[in-house]
Amino acid sequence: MIEIKNVGKSFQGKEVLMDISATFEKGKTNMIIGASGTGKSVLLKTIVGLFSPDKGSVLYDGRDFHRSSIKEQKIIRGEIGMLFQGSALFDSLTVAENVRFPLNIHSDLSESEKDDKVNFYLKRVGLENAAHKMPSEISGGMQKRVGIARAIVMNSQYLFCDEPNSGLDPQTAWMIDQLIHEITQEYNLTTVIVSHDMNSVMEIGEYIMFMYRGLKIWEGTKDEILDAEPKELQDFLFSNKLVRTFKGI
Amino acid sequence: MRRLGEYILFLKKMFSNREPLTTYVRLFFQECINIGINSLFLVGFVSLFVGAVIALQMAYNIVSPLLPKYIIGLATREMMILEMAPTLSAIVFAGKVGSQIAGGIGTMRITEQIDALEVMGINSASYLVLPKILAGMTMLPLLAILSAALGIWGGYLATIFGNLSPTEDYIYGIQNTFVPFEVPFAIIKAFVFGFIVTSISAFKGYNVKGGALEVGKASTDAVTASCIAILAADFILADTLLS
Ligand SMILES: Nc1ncnc2c1ncn2[C@@H]1O[C@H](COP(=O)(O)OP(=O)(O)OP(=O)(O)O)[C@@H](O)[C@H]1O
Ligand SMILES: [Mg+2]
Repeated sequence: MIEIKNVGKSFQGKEVLMDISATFEKGKTNMIIGASGTGKSVLLKTIVGLFSPDKGSVLYDGRDFHRSSIKEQKIIRGEIGMLFQGSALFDSLTVAENVRFPLNIHSDLSESEKDDKVNFYLKRVGLENAAHKMPSEISGGMQKRVGIARAIVMNSQYLFCDEPNSGLDPQTAWMIDQLIHEITQEYNLTTVIVSHDMNSVMEIGEYIMFMYRGLKIWEGTKDEILDAEPKELQDFLFSNKLVRTFKGI
Repeated sequence: MRRLGEYILFLKKMFSNREPLTTYVRLFFQECINIGINSLFLVGFVSLFVGAVIALQMAYNIVSPLLPKYIIGLATREMMILEMAPTLSAIVFAGKVGSQIAGGIGTMRITEQIDALEVMGINSASYLVLPKILAGMTMLPLLAILSAALGIWGGYLATIFGNLSPTEDYIYGIQNTFVPFEVPFAIIKAFVFGFIVTSISAFKGYNVKGGALEVGKASTDAVTASCIAILAADFILADTLLS
């Protein structure tokens, strides 16, 4: 479980996050949605510690990340996996080496144990045949899957995904969504996904938080979202054809 | 001035809680090989020709019969060791390796590979940059030694093929009034230049914001800034160490 409490962050005097609190539960796919430029990525990067918040705190199962010692932070980081918007695979390493990378940093497994783990997770994401390819030789959807394998190879407890299906065709996007959802349940992860894709929200969003210009405006489940009150959220939903059809507008 | 402050903070970040040293050993050797492959040919080629041209021009300038012919060898040696070998190698190095460092690290920045390292709990500044700086400080002095040797040899070839002077005069010239300190001086220079080029280039790449266009700009900026810094350091070192 991850709790964020009253998180605030500004850049050069411009407030990007204002007093945001939320709880992301274990075994659930939690989603942060909102229009472009509302601070979703900044929030995600603050949670994983790439930015430090000006105000508030982020608790990983009770451990306050930003007030932990460097050593404690490193332990938490070993439990975090992140899938980046552009996959962010290391382009000088092969697919297998990319997945192996976190193991080299954090674990003291033997070389053959690492091999087994890498093979296991590559198989899990359906890429056992691409192990020796370079990231530039595989498709965007495959890169995302490598990114997922790299994110969970450490037996991660927490999985973060920044727009996991941006730039993918609808079918591949659906597949990636399903993969993330399955993995979340299979390994009982606390998963947080940033997205502005209503399809994924309606498919896999178990807890949804809606952001608007640095504020959290609404939270709830996918069953509640279509009847949600706030006008900003209504406008956001209304821009989506699927939702309009769904609601018969 | 603010950039200078950021640069110093960047260097500081590199040394604060870095990974265990063993992590760097393999990366260091990789970088050394990479740098060697990248700049060996061009540095060698440039040095050979610069040495030859110095010899030719000296011969052309000696009009007075009072000046002994061995001056050609002496001047080629002095100019190659003191100035051309370290400085020219450094400038070629900035153009080939510096731009590559800035471009490579800049690309890692905009494609979030640096963020990925940080999320894994790695100090990305030291992980990516430290091996490159150490490799630069190791390889550039070696390149400079090679450059000096090739330059002097280039002058020798020019003497033969251009019929500038008897070869014995050239050989005598390159040994005449040789000050041994010039060699460590050249090596110190190359050592400092190696640090300057790699750290400035890495700094430029590390702080890229935006897209591919900015990466391109960072890599040309890296070369420009490195060259300016090389020449400034060249002046300061000559002023302090040769007085
Ligand atoms: N490192 C930074 N320095 C300064 N400002 C930043 C930085 N990162 C983000 N911002 C600003 O914060 C605001 C929110 O950006 P953010 O990337 O979080 O948006 P987003 O909701 O993820 O949008 P998108 O859906 O387009 O990815 C933007 O106005 C952006 O300019
Ligand atoms: Mg974003």
